[in-house]
Amino acid sequence: MTPQPADENPAALHRSAEQAALGPPPPAELGARDPEQRLTELLEHCNDRRLGPVPTDDALPAGYSGTFGHFPVYFPEEIVHAGGLLPVNLLGGGNKLELKYADAHMGSFICSICRSTTEMGLNGSLKSLTGFVTHPICDAAKHLGGIWARNFPEQLAQILYLPQNPNTPGAVRYTAAEYQRLRGDVEKQLGRPIDDEALWRSIRTYNRNRALLRELYALRAAEPWKVSCTESYLLLRARTRMPAETHNLLLEEALGLLRARKRVAQDKPRVVFVGGFCEQPPLEMLEAIDDTCYVVDDDLLIGLRWLTADVPEAGDPVWALAEAFVEHAAASPVQHDERKTKEAYLMDMVRGSRADAVIVTAAKFCEPGLDEQVAWSKHLDAVSVRHLVLEFEEKMTSFEQMAMQLETFAESLLFALA
Amino acid sequence: MSTSAADPTQAPEGAVPEFNAQKEGQRLFKDWYGGLEHAKERGQYVANVFVMGNAVEILRTFDFQLVFPEINSLQMGVRKVSEEYLRDSEDYGYSPDVCSYVKADVGLILRQQKHPAGTIPKADIAIVSNMCSTFIKWGEIWERMLDTPSFVLDLPGQRGSSWRVRPGDAQHMADAQWIEAQFRDLIGRCEKITGKRFDMDRLAEVEDRVNRMVHHWNNVMALNRACPAPYNAMLDGLTYIGIMNVYRGTEEGVQFMRQLDEQLSAKVARGEGRIDNERFRLLFSGTPCYVSMRRLVELFESWGGVFAYSDYLTFAAGGMDAGELVYDTSRPLESLAEITALAAQRGLSNQFFAHERLAQQLREYDVDGIVFHGIKSCRFVSSGMADTRNYLTERLKIPSLYIESDLIDPRYWSDAQIKNRVDAFFESLQQRSGGAPGDTKIRLPVVGGPS
Ligand code: SF4
Ligand code: SF4
Repeated sequence: MTPQPADENPAALHRSAEQAALGPPPPAELGARDPEQRLTELLEHCNDRRLGPVPTDDALPAGYSGTFGHFPVYFPEEIVHAGGLLPVNLLGGGNKLELKYADAHMGSFICSICRSTTEMGLNGSLKSLTGFVTHPICDAAKHLGGIWARNFPEQLAQILYLPQNPNTPGAVRYTAAEYQRLRGDVEKQLGRPIDDEALWRSIRTYNRNRALLRELYALRAAEPWKVSCTESYLLLRARTRMPAETHNLLLEEALGLLRARKRVAQDKPRVVFVGGFCEQPPLEMLEAIDDTCYVVDDDLLIGLRWLTADVPEAGDPVWALAEAFVEHAAASPVQHDERKTKEAYLMDMVRGSRADAVIVTAAKFCEPGLDEQVAWSKHLDAVSVRHLVLEFEEKMTSFEQMAMQLETFAESLLFALA
Repeated sequence: MSTSAADPTQAPEGAVPEFNAQKEGQRLFKDWYGGLEHAKERGQYVANVFVMGNAVEILRTFDFQLVFPEINSLQMGVRKVSEEYLRDSEDYGYSPDVCSYVKADVGLILRQQKHPAGTIPKADIAIVSNMCSTFIKWGEIWERMLDTPSFVLDLPGQRGSSWRVRPGDAQHMADAQWIEAQFRDLIGRCEKITGKRFDMDRLAEVEDRVNRMVHHWNNVMALNRACPAPYNAMLDGLTYIGIMNVYRGTEEGVQFMRQLDEQLSAKVARGEGRIDNERFRLLFSGTPCYVSMRRLVELFESWGGVFAYSDYLTFAAGGMDAGELVYDTSRPLESLAEITALAAQRGLSNQFFAHERLAQQLREYDVDGIVFHGIKSCRFVSSGMADTRNYLTERLKIPSLYIESDLIDPRYWSDAQIKNRVDAFFESLQQRSGGAPGDTKIRLPVVGGPS
């Protein structure tokens, strides 16, 4: 049977209370009538998904037979989605997870997202995954492939070798071959084919998702008082735990409500946030930033917004996905691309969002993030763009000092801009 | 590169001087650094390359002088000056958690390329592979600080466990095709930089020299399967891989490896070992601590423990220690891509699925125990180490020791702590074997196998 993702049958999204947990909360008519209250309801739902477990197979909506884990940054979710698997972006355990097993498997000098993702595997939270794919973004992430293979041999554990050289002619062909290989391996694991029709359906669903996310970010740049960084982040992150078609419904509704918000702009500096491409800063940190600044652009979960244009709905679907990866991709410290130096794309973000300043963060023990932090701050100094350097860890629980730093930073910016 | 072959020994006239790998290695290194110092004034082009995944064969075809920044950094450790460079780099802004090789190199740039071995010329191109992801970040630092363009050589590695790529199969060909496309791109760039046309015949000649060198290198690696082991993989072996890298594809390199092969073969035939009383054969997994290299080896050899094999010798020599990795010089470029695809996967990608290769090496080198050296700032070797150790200990019941320090940062070497751990490890090995101190080689059974 060719799996039919649920966008073909939206009614099937809420077959039971358990399954409904994967979809948006009940539509507005059944819930609150006040738009702000409804928005709160949607955001709470997103936050519950953030904190909640990976759904078990029996809690999946119609059309889905299992879940498929993938590590940041970018993963072509369409390939497993077309196979009737719910793509689950694994982002570590946040600041609520206590590590009991990972310490014996990973050194203390490894970044927190790798350690806590390993913990989630070892404590059984991820045992229902059909597979787990990591990428050559850094060496710690590559090692997760081996850790998975040794400890969870029943899952399809792989490193998807996305090219670090997208500039040599032939990169699209290589990427397409790598995607095709993954597709074949997933088919083997599933015991059924993933046909082109299903892939096209998934590409269409994700194209819609990409368009909605572009709208969300455009709204933030245009009227940041209508949607905070934390709210936008929660809306975006919800896709890591729900089908893309459901996420589309959620975004459509949320965008309507956000646009209609009646809010007055406050006296806050406009900033770009970078450093959230892999390990995720705690929500409290984003809230602290929102308290003092308007974050008009960021690289949080950039992998979920990696393809910057729609994937053309013509030709061969795998080729189309590969071509989009090579030709229409965002940027991050863990992707080399001669067409986009790290400094240049940061400055594009600053100019594109008309930001006054930058918050340059890096996750503790993250080699690529820490390397970039130096380069970015030197460059921002050179071009006289004000910036604040912060280091974070997903497991942080104390934010007072950071809040004070942010306050001082924002005040000095406002003073300089006045 | 200088091709002068001044005789380093003081042998009497007419007598053939005995080959001394250590001295000859030092002489070759000195020559190499001397060549670098004068490269620019001789009008030579310079390329930065790493020890893994580096396209040296192509660069030699264009007569590039090769700089190995990793070797520059480790040499700072060996010469006990690394801390100064590291501190400069930290003052500049780099976190203590960043790879110490990178930081030492940033320190070098901040000191206008003044290295204890001489001034390092600024490169015209850098070849950075994805084998260690930090290579790419390192290349980006040169782009910024020195204006050196980098070429990222993307080498697809082992995708999953039990990943078998057989020469010529569809997966191997797909990977090789991608690598060949990149080599062609690189050749175009080298032509632009040097103004020279690429010469396929010269590539074949370089490959022929690499083939001969690798032939002897394979023998050298295999010779340490003998008991007693003729050399210590983590001391003598470090000189050997240095030459494998710096002189790869040169006549001097071939000659060194041939002489080494002959000398070690004779040693094995005589039943001579690296130490007189080899009692425990060990496998070293990870990279050395170059600031305390001799000390580390001494701690083990004082107990009769010799490192018969180290995965460092495999990945840090580009993964060429396998018989099937021979270039077909009748089709030099295609063959270069095909062999590079295989060597990359062997050399390092299976670092990420290390249990498979290590299980095999434990048997091949008849090893009694395995020593894991975790390097705080090198996630490439260290991230999966504790997990690999658990896996091998459980499956193979192989005794193991885990120690932690750094490649070249002396601030992470804690002598007393490491000595205690090494001593405890040998006491337990001794107990396990039932041998008395002073006994020579004690055989310990390795039971089971990975399932
Ligand atoms: S946070 Fe940094 S070091 Fe950790 S997995 Fe992500 S990119 Fe790698
Ligand atoms: S991380 Fe390790 S392998 Fe990579 S450059 Fe640094 S020392 Fe070398």
